[in-house]
Amino acid sequence: MSPAGRPQVSLRQVEKVFTPPGRKGASVQALGPLDLELFNGEFFAVVGPSGCGKTTLLELVAGLSVATSGDVEFEGRPIAGKILQGVGVVFQEDASFPWLTVTDNIGFGLGKLRLSAEERRDRVESALAMMGLTAFAHSYPAQLSGGMRQRVCIARTLVMQPRLILLDEPFGALDQQTRLLMGDELLNLWRKTGATVFLITHALDEAAMLADRIGVMSARPGCIIDVVETGWPKDRDSRIVQEDRFGTITARLWRSLRAESMRAIGYQGVKA
Amino acid sequence: MKPAAIWRTAFLGALVALLEVLCLTGRIDKLTMQPPHQIIIDLLRMLSAGTLNLAILKTLANSFLAFGLAMVTGTAAALVLHRLRAVRDALDPLFATYYAIPVFAFYPLLIILFGLGDTPEIFIGFMLAVVAVIVSVLSGIDRIPRVLLKTARVHQLSTWETARRVTLPCIAPYILTGAKLALAYALIGVIGAEFIMSSSGMGYEISFAYMNFDNATMYPLILLIVLASVGINMVLGRWERLLMVRRGLA
Repeated sequence: MSPAGRPQVSLRQVEKVFTPPGRKGASVQALGPLDLELFNGEFFAVVGPSGCGKTTLLELVAGLSVATSGDVEFEGRPIAGKILQGVGVVFQEDASFPWLTVTDNIGFGLGKLRLSAEERRDRVESALAMMGLTAFAHSYPAQLSGGMRQRVCIARTLVMQPRLILLDEPFGALDQQTRLLMGDELLNLWRKTGATVFLITHALDEAAMLADRIGVMSARPGCIIDVVETGWPKDRDSRIVQEDRFGTITARLWRSLRAESMRAIGYQGVKA
Repeated sequence: MKPAAIWRTAFLGALVALLEVLCLTGRIDKLTMQPPHQIIIDLLRMLSAGTLNLAILKTLANSFLAFGLAMVTGTAAALVLHRLRAVRDALDPLFATYYAIPVFAFYPLLIILFGLGDTPEIFIGFMLAVVAVIVSVLSGIDRIPRVLLKTARVHQLSTWETARRVTLPCIAPYILTGAKLALAYALIGVIGAEFIMSSSGMGYEISFAYMNFDNATMYPLILLIVLASVGINMVLGRWERLLMVRRGLA
């Protein structure tokens, strides 16, 4: 998919500096200056070394954090620490509410949308079905596996019908096989909803399999140092990992990332 | 019944049986204590005669009032303190040493402030109970996963909605732990205050019976207090356990 037209999300010369309270001179520049544009309906993944500011970047786009300088816009509106309608976030950690059933978890945010009871029920039922959770509608999160709990969180985001879905390493805690299958589900949802997906991941293969474009971040302060277009057809699934091109994309990502990853952990490399 | 509960019941049963034997064999004389079966008979007789119902009702009502006030005030105070870091840092050491303060010593002062009547007793019960609630609730708030609060923000919940829909349900088990302690402290506070200076209530009746060697009144009233607090504690404990099971924590 080639990006075209006006970007849905744009970040211009964005920087984020953390200053610990009461400690002068100990500021840490986590991000930037960074420029990035996301286009309607695309699947964009970001990979980068540990501590490069991937989650900070996501939180800026989500409105959970404010940039120290630069502009962050969603559909032409400045975000600047405000959570805007139409943006959904799925976190890496289990964010299901343990005191609510799966149904109540999924419908958690719907009260804000002023929908009729019937519309609310329809949305929840459809999300349950889409995520394969119908049989667990009345279960509590503690009765579900980690993967199913993450599906509950994804469903809770989907019922809000966001135009931009932000995913912060959503499959980080899952095993490799489950991650591949969850990737298939995610691709399926992306096709069905038509939303833009912004995925943060540390797994190069996950990014290579899921995304239309992949942004590679440098070590801290994180900047986008490369953008790789995968050229996958929209109708894809995890079987593309068998294709030669998958290896080529992953290799390119690693070529861009290797030096940055070594810099991030202070690793000098093994002498030949 | 779980093995721990069976052992607990057996232990208590053995203690009661031992007391029964010691009383019946005269090892503990009648002036000191009646056998447990006699205490139960006296309690039933007292309740059916209704002679002390007013005193019982007054003490239980005042204790519940102190407990309720402590729960509401303590939970609200903890929510506010959690947001005011500097105030919390200043008060934390005081909470740790709070129960070393002899609250009952302030009873005369409370009478001057609030006059004779139920208010000083309720206030003492409240004073004893409230800190247990604050400490428990603060402990619960500290343990709320940050990701749940981020989720609340993503769903654009206001501060009030976040407290109502995320914070309070999340810390419910800690509130119940605080409630169990607060109930015990509220009862101790109210009955203790009645014991010292009141002219009515269970504490006063126990004190009066004690002065007059009236074991047939004193022990049944003590048993009633024990049964009431254990009963309510069991209900709260079951509720707490249900919450923990739902959350996969028990």
